[in-house]
Amino acid sequence: METIGQSVPKKESPDKVSGAAMYTADRIEARMLHARYVISPYAHARIAGVDAAEASRMPGVRAIVTGQDSDVLTGEELRDRPVIARDRVRYQGEIVAVVVADTEAQAKGAADAVRVRYEPLPVVHSPAAALRPDAPILHERLGEYVRGAGVIPIPGTNVASVIRIAKGDMEQGWAESEIVVDNRVTFGPSDHAAMETRSAICEIRPDGHIVIESSTQVPFAVKKYIASYFGIDSGFIIVKTPFVGGAYGGKTAIHLEPIAYLASRAVGGRKVKLVNTREEDMVTSPGRIGLDAVVRLGSTRDGRIQAAQILYHFDGGAYNDKSSDVARAAAADCSGPYAIRNLHCECLTVYTNHTFPAAFRGYGHSELTMAMERAIDKLADTLGMDPWDVRMINSIKPGDIAPTRDRLTRSNLGDIQTCLRRLKELSDWESSFSRVDDYKVRATGISCFWKNSSIDSDAGSGAILLFNPDGSVNLETGVVEIGTGTKTVLAQMVAERFGMSVDRVHVKFAVNTLDTPEHWKTVASRGTFMAGRAALKAADDAIRQLKDIAAAVLKVVPEDLAIGGEKVFLRDDPSLSIPVKDICYGYKYPNGHAIGGQIIGRGVYIQRRIEPLNPLTGEGTPGPEWGVGAQAVEIELDLRDCSYRLLRSISVIDAGRVLNLKGALGQVMGASAMGLSYASREAFYYNADGQVLDPTLRDYTLMRYGENPAYTVEFIENPCLEAPFGARALGEHGLIGMPAALASAVSRAAGVRLNVLPLFPETVWRARNGGEGTS
Amino acid sequence: MRLEWRINGEGRSADIRPADLLLDVLRESFGLTGAKPGCRNGDCGACTVMANGLPMKSCLMLAVEAAGQDIVTIEGLANAPAQRAFIEMFAFQCGYCTPGFILNVHALSLAHPQADEATVRSWLQSNICRCTSYEEIREAVYSVLGSARGTIDATNG
Repeated sequence: METIGQSVPKKESPDKVSGAAMYTADRIEARMLHARYVISPYAHARIAGVDAAEASRMPGVRAIVTGQDSDVLTGEELRDRPVIARDRVRYQGEIVAVVVADTEAQAKGAADAVRVRYEPLPVVHSPAAALRPDAPILHERLGEYVRGAGVIPIPGTNVASVIRIAKGDMEQGWAESEIVVDNRVTFGPSDHAAMETRSAICEIRPDGHIVIESSTQVPFAVKKYIASYFGIDSGFIIVKTPFVGGAYGGKTAIHLEPIAYLASRAVGGRKVKLVNTREEDMVTSPGRIGLDAVVRLGSTRDGRIQAAQILYHFDGGAYNDKSSDVARAAAADCSGPYAIRNLHCECLTVYTNHTFPAAFRGYGHSELTMAMERAIDKLADTLGMDPWDVRMINSIKPGDIAPTRDRLTRSNLGDIQTCLRRLKELSDWESSFSRVDDYKVRATGISCFWKNSSIDSDAGSGAILLFNPDGSVNLETGVVEIGTGTKTVLAQMVAERFGMSVDRVHVKFAVNTLDTPEHWKTVASRGTFMAGRAALKAADDAIRQLKDIAAAVLKVVPEDLAIGGEKVFLRDDPSLSIPVKDICYGYKYPNGHAIGGQIIGRGVYIQRRIEPLNPLTGEGTPGPEWGVGAQAVEIELDLRDCSYRLLRSISVIDAGRVLNLKGALGQVMGASAMGLSYASREAFYYNADGQVLDPTLRDYTLMRYGENPAYTVEFIENPCLEAPFGARALGEHGLIGMPAALASAVSRAAGVRLNVLPLFPETVWRARNGGEGTS
Repeated sequence: MRLEWRINGEGRSADIRPADLLLDVLRESFGLTGAKPGCRNGDCGACTVMANGLPMKSCLMLAVEAAGQDIVTIEGLANAPAQRAFIEMFAFQCGYCTPGFILNVHALSLAHPQADEATVRSWLQSNICRCTSYEEIREAVYSVLGSARGTIDATNG
């Protein structure tokens, strides 16, 4: 039986098409209280006073929580963020107070009646402004904050963290370069815009257990950090996560859970429900990081890159959350999939008065790719070379050394050369620029990408397999089902190992940290890798137990047995067999004696030989493998108004091994759509006071039906030996090259070099007329 | 105030505030949480239900307005062609926008069983899917426009 590779529909499909699938905010209970925020209209201000007297007398109001109720600072990398703002707000939308009432309407009415006196302070609008010598300092106590290893702040400045990559000899690199180009790219923050807004429900049980239900990608991290922030034994914290309605990295931030905890604590532990409005989800909760980057490339005349000097200024927003770690990931892979011997990268994460960023699909990689690929296009133009040739000549191979000094192998590195060659054919690269008529031009842009994960070196995952009396099996893992279909793929792996139908593998979707084995975080496209290794180990554990019982019953040694078709049988005489259902709850002999018991398979996995990066040199091992791919976007531009249509999106990606074909195609196409949407139309617009002008889905335009291009996706399969069945990470990768490929295509069509995002027609028009947007 | 509705073919009643949205009454009073809040502003379509056979964003309709109308939520569909097509074509991932999309497509297939490309586009643009590429949804829609005709023919026959 071959289950791996098959397009098995997601196991939760019937629930999701019938309204039966439950998400956090679908919990509706009469006894629950409801909370609403008071948020700051100012991007930067001192809080002179919070007057909740009138609000607290309003009907149904049970408590009003302010910053004075907790002095806890939160943050995974750098503890710089109060749960509720105390004496200062640093971004528009920051929570200043939380009202708890019997109904949501009462809570909202009272929240509107809370009077906050603000004294506005000067606003820091961008990393460049934040780095000016006279910039207001957003965190005066930066040097005192508790921080993780690898976060290097510069107290007295707005630099939350610095990391450098230093490889090779830059002087020699420049000496060997005959051509040098500089290219700068700039783009601001945008939003994840998951259709389910974030929500959290908390109660404190009479026995002291704190039960949190949350729309999060990281229930186990919520447990760990709530314990650490509030000094509670982690065993007393239970986090439950049902289905999550889209996440894309945005639900990695631990944001609402501590607020819900304080709200519940303020009402004697009663259950309090907190659901973001769309506007709050966009400005109060985190979005995607912005970047200002300069890349200098030195090359020989035949296009061999000898040196790269890269400068990143990431817009770290008002608080650090994961921004310095996103920056670290971008620095680790800063070269893109190119072999550059002499490499220097300086990467700053800079505080601004923008909403703090969370992880976003790609984790810094679409950003670094935009910076590097636009520079490579400029290099190709300057050299008069085909941009495809420049990429191929410099593409990285097994035997080369990564910026982190990892030696690359056929296993830990995907095959970028095959991806590039296939992309050339699929994209009709030889005719990648054409005039349609007097006004319309068609052009194709290309981009390569690579990505490793960058998660904690001791991150792990566990799986439990419980047999049912009918011989079927229940699979439980700590992966949150955010829509990627990971739990179905894990069921396929288990079915493959047992040689049974995937229909006979039942999956538990909800995560409950009380009884679900930990999966570090559902992030970094590592669900199939880490939980897959754990699930396979659990299957092997169960198989060993089944064989032991079967061996006793069949009077053979276990080593001679095999499993398949829900039977354990003698390898060289399959007619001697026993059904799994007769032994998976133990075996009962005719005389009533029994042996064995319910089969419970268990498996755990922990990452192997991962090393944190040295912040001064970038040496380390960020993750197990670099996935690679090559992508193209074809557009048709109308030169009169610079409007353009997305015609085709092409991706060739090294999947290692495709585990579920339609699922994999969906991941790549969906990620590509997200990349094209943010590159073409998504951005927050700020006024002079740092307020977001487009905090709704009416003003903040997402791609809609029919605006999408046609998608071509092909996989090559060059396995990663450490991964289950050889499968490489895939969930984020379709996004990574899209902004760069789109910028390249529009640039070629418009005849100007575009280095800003998003590429609204107006942006293109201004660039063609000598305005901003060009380099 | 106490009002009555016809929801999924059943008579239902509840005490509500005049300001209550149909979306909230469906969810809070009747537990029909398949209608999802995504924006409460009519922008995303996740709360789409059918009102008298046409798709309606339940965040844009007061519960008062819906009294006396025939309301169908996702819980009222069972094995409809659009539901099967969305599974078969992998036309959802996280599933949050799915009830709204399916009801929109279901209503489209009833109102315009032979809908042309422009009609499909104008109907489907009222909903946002953030996970898929829309290609999968497009395939599901066109497979339904075929099979829905078959269903209606069978019913008539």
